[in-house]
Amino acid sequence: MLADLPILSLITFSPLLGLLVLLFLPKQRSRWIKVTAITATLLPLLLSLWLYADYNGVKGGKPYEETATWISTSLNKEAVGDVSSYTLELQYHMGVDGLSMPLLLLTTIVGVMAALASVHIKKRWKSFYIWFLLLEVGMIGVFLARDVFLFFVFFEMTLIPMFFLIGIWGYMNREQAANKFLIYNGIGSAIMLLAFVFLVATAGFRADPLPDQQQMHLSYSGSYDVIGSNLADKDAYVNMPQLAQGADNPLYLSDRMHWVIFLLLLIAFGIKLPIFPFHTWMLKVHAEAPPSVVMIHSGVLLKMGAYGLLRFGVFMFPSQTHDWATVLAILGVINILYGAVLALVQKEFKLVLAYSSISHMGIVLLGIASLNEIGLHGAIIQLVSHGFISALLFLIVGSIYARTGSTELKDLGGLARSMPFLSGVLLTAGMASLGLPGLSGFIGEFLSLLGLFDSMRVITGIAVLGVILTAVYVLRSVLGITFGAVPERLAAVRDVRLVEAVPMIALLAFIVLIGVYPAVLTEPMQHGFDTLLQQLSEKAGR
Amino acid sequence: MDAAQQLQSLTWSDAAYLAPEWILIAFMIVLAVLDLFLPRRALTGWLTLAGLLTSLGFVIWRLTELAGATPQAGADGQAVSGVIRIMADSYRIDYFSSLLKIIFLVATALIVLMSLGTVRKADIPDRGEFYYLLLPAVCGAMIMASSGDMITLYIGLELLSITTYVLVGIRKHSVQSTEAAFKYVVTGGISSALILFGMSYLYGITGATNLGAIGEGLKAHAIDFPAILYVAFFFILAGLGIKIAAAPFHYWSTDVYQGAPTPVTAFLAVVSKGAAFAVIFRIVYNLAFYSSSPGKPVADDVFLVLLILAAAAMLVGSTMALRQYNVKRLFALSGVANAGYMLVPLGLSIKGMHASGVGEFIFYLAAYLLMTIGALTVYAVIAKSTSQEDVGGFAGLYYRAPWTAAAMIVFMLSLAGLPVTGGFFGKLFILLGTVQSKDYWIAAVMVVSSVISYYFYFGLIRQMFMRSTNEADVEVPATSGIVIWLCAAATVALGIVPGPALDWINSHFSLVNDLFISMG
Repeated sequence: MLADLPILSLITFSPLLGLLVLLFLPKQRSRWIKVTAITATLLPLLLSLWLYADYNGVKGGKPYEETATWISTSLNKEAVGDVSSYTLELQYHMGVDGLSMPLLLLTTIVGVMAALASVHIKKRWKSFYIWFLLLEVGMIGVFLARDVFLFFVFFEMTLIPMFFLIGIWGYMNREQAANKFLIYNGIGSAIMLLAFVFLVATAGFRADPLPDQQQMHLSYSGSYDVIGSNLADKDAYVNMPQLAQGADNPLYLSDRMHWVIFLLLLIAFGIKLPIFPFHTWMLKVHAEAPPSVVMIHSGVLLKMGAYGLLRFGVFMFPSQTHDWATVLAILGVINILYGAVLALVQKEFKLVLAYSSISHMGIVLLGIASLNEIGLHGAIIQLVSHGFISALLFLIVGSIYARTGSTELKDLGGLARSMPFLSGVLLTAGMASLGLPGLSGFIGEFLSLLGLFDSMRVITGIAVLGVILTAVYVLRSVLGITFGAVPERLAAVRDVRLVEAVPMIALLAFIVLIGVYPAVLTEPMQHGFDTLLQQLSEKAGR
Repeated sequence: MDAAQQLQSLTWSDAAYLAPEWILIAFMIVLAVLDLFLPRRALTGWLTLAGLLTSLGFVIWRLTELAGATPQAGADGQAVSGVIRIMADSYRIDYFSSLLKIIFLVATALIVLMSLGTVRKADIPDRGEFYYLLLPAVCGAMIMASSGDMITLYIGLELLSITTYVLVGIRKHSVQSTEAAFKYVVTGGISSALILFGMSYLYGITGATNLGAIGEGLKAHAIDFPAILYVAFFFILAGLGIKIAAAPFHYWSTDVYQGAPTPVTAFLAVVSKGAAFAVIFRIVYNLAFYSSSPGKPVADDVFLVLLILAAAAMLVGSTMALRQYNVKRLFALSGVANAGYMLVPLGLSIKGMHASGVGEFIFYLAAYLLMTIGALTVYAVIAKSTSQEDVGGFAGLYYRAPWTAAAMIVFMLSLAGLPVTGGFFGKLFILLGTVQSKDYWIAAVMVVSSVISYYFYFGLIRQMFMRSTNEADVEVPATSGIVIWLCAAATVALGIVPGPALDWINSHFSLVNDLFISMG
C-alpha cells in the first residue's frame, strides 16, 4: 500500500497543510492556532513512523525514491556543435536510505516536541507557527532531497525562517544573533552552492548516444546519483584528462579541483556542524533564540551539517576523506576539548549547553574520521542521540526560564524541592549527555570511539579525556540547579504542566530506547554505508 | 550598394515592421496635444499604458511570426535565418531585440501602472508630460536593442537619454530633482562623448558604420591596428559603463536615483540599463569578437576587462550599500551590483562548452525587472504616506500592511539571490556559465558579493518585521497593488519553474543569427 503513495513528498509537504489552515485563522485565536500547528507537525511524524515500519519490512528491496523532472532547459548548442540536444536537467528527486532514515525520524519527532514547547511563546503566534512549519518543511526536505540544487533550496528554506524565529521571538540581543546566524550560514550556503555548481558542471555531465542516430544527447544533471557515480567511474568524462581525439577535456576535474571541492564542502558544512573556528554564531543562537527554536536548532539544524558532510563530502570524495581522516579526527578532538573546557567555566546554563553541543558534535567528527562501519554507525547514533538530548535539555531550559526568569547558574538552585519532576528529567538528561550506559549518549560515543580506536589510538585516547570532562561540567551545572540552597524567590515555583511534561517524557523515552536497544537505529542503517566502505577498501587495496 | 539605393530601401513593408516604434511615437504626439484638453491627467496615464500595450502586442505578434518562420536547425547545425533586416541592415528585428523589447515594454507598462496610484500633483506638476515622455524614452531603448548600425544606435541612445534627462528633473520645484537632472545631463553628455569618440576610431579603421561591415573589416585588418582598437573599445565600454552604472562609472547613479521621482528611478534602473546592455552585447559580439589575432589578443582583453568591470561593480555596489540608509540610493547601489551580475555572462564570451550567455542575461534581466520594480513600487507606496526617505520608512510594515510586507520579502529574497525566486535561478544560471567556461574567480566574486548583499537586504526585512512604529496603516492604491502582486507572483513563478522561460530563449535564440550581423 505504501508503495503506491508518494510518501516522501507527503512527509515533506504535509506541514504546509497546517500552514494553509493557519493563514485563514484569525490572529487572536491563539488556542486554535496552537492546536492547528501541533497537529500539522504530527502529520509528518505519523507518516515517517509509517515509513520507518515499512522500511524495516522490505530491507534490501528497491529503494524508496520519487522523481519528477523539475527543470529541463536546453542550453545554447552553438558551443558544442553537432548534437541533438544539450540540456540542463534538475530533478525533483527525493529518496530515503540508511543515512537519512534516522535523521528523518529525529526531525519529525523533535518537530512535534518543539511545537509543543512553543506554548511559552508570548506574541504573534500566527506568524511564529507559519515560520515554524516552513522551517520543518525545509528540514525534512534537506534529509530527503537527492538533487544537489533541490537540496540547496531546502537548505535555504531553513535559513530564512530561522532568521525570523530568532530575530522576532528571541531574547534581548535577538536581532544581533539573527544577523550573525544569517551571515555565517549565508557564507556557508554560498560556499556550498559554489561546490555544487562545480560538481554539476563537471561530474554532472553525461553524453548519451541516441539509439538510432549518430547524434548525442548531452546534459548536465544535478542528480546526486549521477554525480556520485560519475565521480566514482574511471571512464566518465570527469575523470578523463583528455578526450579520445587527444584534445583537452573541458569537463575534466583535476586532482587539485577534487581537493578544492572537497574543502569547499568541508567548510560549508563545517560552519553548520559547527567545526571549531566557525562556531561563534551558534553560541549566539543558543543564547538568544527562544528555547523551542533552539530545540530545533541544536536538535536538527546542526545535524544537517554533519549529514551534508557525510552525504556530499565523504560519500562523493571517499579518497580525499581517507587522506584527511587524521585531520578530521584532530578537528573532532579540538571540538571535544574546546567545547568541554569552555562548558566548564560558563556561568549561564544555555551557554553550558551550547559548548556541550560543540563538544558532542566533535564526537560525530571522530566517528566519520574512523571510516569504518562501527564508527560511522556511531556517528549517526550520536547525531540522533544528541538531537534528542539537546532538544530535551532546551525544553527544560524553556520551562525553567518561564518560571524563574533566569538561566544564570547563580540564580538557580534547589529546584529539586519545588520542581521534583522537572529536576528528575534534567538529571536523567544530564546523565544521557555525559554518556551513562543505558542511555543513548553512551552508544553514540562508545561506537564512535571504538571505530576510531582501530586506526588512531592516540587521538582516541585524548578524546576520552574530553568525555571525562563532560561528566565534570554536566554534573557541575545540573547538580547546581537541582540541589543546594533554594533562593528565596524560587521557593514557590510550580512544577511543569502536562503540556510540558508530555514532550519531556516522550524525548526521554526515545533516549532510553536508543540506549537500551540501539538496533532501532542501526537496523535501517544496515546497508547504508556499503558502497562507501567498498570504495574505501578498493582504494586501500590499490 | 550606393547611397541612393540605401536611401530608397525603406519600403512600405519595411515600415510595417517598425509598427511597435511608430505606435509609441504616434501615441506620444497625440497625447502631447490631447493633454491640453483632457480634464484629468490620470487619463493620460491610462492612454500611455494603452499605447505601450498595443506596441507590446505588435512585438509579440512579430516574434511569434519569427518563431513560426524559422526552420529548425538544418543538418549542418546552422539554423536558417528568420531575421528581418531593414534599411541596409541598420535595423534588425531578431530574437535578441524582440525579447529585450518585450522586457522594456513590460517594465514601462508596470512603471506607468505604479505611477497612477503613487504620483502626487504636488510632487510632479506636469503629470501629463511625465506620462507621455516615457513613450519616446522606451522607443529609444527599443531602437538601441534593434540597431545594427552605429548611427541608428546613437540615435536610439540619445532619444532615450534626452527624454530621461527631462524625466529626472520633472519635479521642478524640488531642488534635489533639479540637481539630479543637472548631474545626469553632465554625466550623460560625457558618456555620449566617450562612446562617439570610440566609434569614430572604429569608423576610421574600417570606413563603415554598419556593425556587420565593421566586423568584416576587423576580421581582415584587425592585426594592423591593435592600439587603435584598444582605444576604441575601451572608450565605448567606458561610455556604456556610465549608462549601465557599473563601478567605477557609477557615482552619478546614487544622486540621480535619489532625486528622480520613484517611477523614473525604476525606469533608469531597468529600461535604461537594459538598453545599454543590449548595445554592449551587439558591439562586443560583432566587433570585439573578431579583433583578435595571433599575438595580439584584443578580444580576450576586451572580455577580460568586461569581467573585471563586472567584479568591480558587484563588489563596490554591495559594499557601498552596507552603509547606505536612503532607500533610493540603496537601490542605486543594488543596481550597480546587479549590473555586475549581468555583465558576467557578457564577459564569459563563447568558450569551453558555454554559449548560453544571452539566455542567462535575458533571464536575469527579467528577474531583475520584476524584483526592482516590485520593490520600488512598495517604496513608492510607503513614501506616499510617510514621506520618509530612509530605510526607517519600512519600520513596522508588517503591522501597517502585512501583505505588502510579505511581497517585499519575496523581492528582497530575489535580490539577495535566495530560493525560491527568480533572482536565485538568474544567479544560478550565470554561475553555471562561469564554471562551464572555467572562469572560477568571477564565480567566487559573485558568491561573495551575494553574501555581502544579504546584510542590507535583510536589513530592510528587519525594519519591516522587527521594528515597531507609530505610523498609520499604509494605504495601497489598487494600481500599485496590482503591480506589487504581479511582480511578486512572477518572481516566485520564475523561482519554482524557471525552466520554460530559459528553455524557450535558448532553443530559439541563435548567436549566429540573432546577435551577429554579417553582411553576408
